[in-house]
Amino acid sequence: MLMAILIVSVLAGLFGLLLGFASIRFKVEGDPIVDQIDQLLPQTQCGQCGFPGCRPYAEAIASGEADINRCPPGGETTVQALADLLGVEPKPLDAEAGEPSDIPMVAVIHEEYCIGCTLCIQACPVDAIVGAPKQMHTVIADECTGCKLCVPACPVDTITMEPIPPTPENWTWPFPDKPYIPITVETAHEQ
Amino acid sequence: MTEFALILISTILVNNFVLVKFLGLCPFMGVSRKLETAMGMGLATTFVLTLSAASSELIDHYLLEPFDITYLRTITFILVIAAVVGFTEMVVQKTSPLLYKVLGIYLPLITTNCAVLGVALLNVQESHGFLGSALYGFGAAIGFTLVLVLFAAIRERVAVADVPTPFKGNAISLITAGLMSLAFMGFSGLIRG
Repeated sequence: MLMAILIVSVLAGLFGLLLGFASIRFKVEGDPIVDQIDQLLPQTQCGQCGFPGCRPYAEAIASGEADINRCPPGGETTVQALADLLGVEPKPLDAEAGEPSDIPMVAVIHEEYCIGCTLCIQACPVDAIVGAPKQMHTVIADECTGCKLCVPACPVDTITMEPIPPTPENWTWPFPDKPYIPITVETAHEQ
Repeated sequence: MTEFALILISTILVNNFVLVKFLGLCPFMGVSRKLETAMGMGLATTFVLTLSAASSELIDHYLLEPFDITYLRTITFILVIAAVVGFTEMVVQKTSPLLYKVLGIYLPLITTNCAVLGVALLNVQESHGFLGSALYGFGAAIGFTLVLVLFAAIRERVAVADVPTPFKGNAISLITAGLMSLAFMGFSGLIRG
């Protein structure tokens, strides 16, 4: 009985020593600026910035991939602190942060303002907008892919993107990142 | 030599840990959504399983058996596995940051993979010896990786297929896993014993 306790304790102690030694011997020097940015973030790991946690967001800021204004839980104070640390101008919070940008959207033409210029019809890559010159246009919602290409094309700014709320009817299993693309003669040539 | 080849074939195909012994099902269902993560998980598991199977066998043979405390096997093996996983994580982080990034969260998660403990305990039960145990662990991990990658590929394909509504999502995945398990039963006739 005593022997068993002793052996398991010694074993645990040995493993502890091994891990302690490894953590010193194989210590990875982190980027100090990443640590400083990480300390300013609220550590809620909410992912509203579009990164999987505060640390990845801090790394993205340090490498210049992300702006400093994408942290809603931190609010203006965090933006201010980050701006002071990095020596850049503080910015207002990014409105896009806080809602996932990949929710399905559909273009809507507010028809009372449409002047019938047909510019959006030419911009639409999937022919989801119907209309004729000097006639009001409209979007076929089922065909719209939500690509937003028609929004800048409209001279009177009457096209807006509306989110499609998920319902049991339109919810589908999310696609994998790289959808299956069958190799045909055309795609084989492209590769 | 034939014995070692038999161990490999047996663990990879005939007695596949996931589809025949039903061990390590949580990572099998959990990380098989994407092919890349499946590869990463398979790689990390191969590394840890081989190492932990070998070191568990050593500790059992030179420590637990001489002192007659084999009833402490489970707790000791868990200790070994946790230490090996922690150690591996640190070494990989230092030596190959790229691999560390690819494996990501899956590396520490291997601690909870029941196949790792299962292999260590089965090794002792079937007394494979040191080299046999390492090979048994390696074969089990290769089998796990093979099945995980195959399953991930099927799931990627199924995700874009026109599945009937009641079967969408996890239901079709479980059915797929069941069919794969049935298919792997075909390997049981591979070795005439």
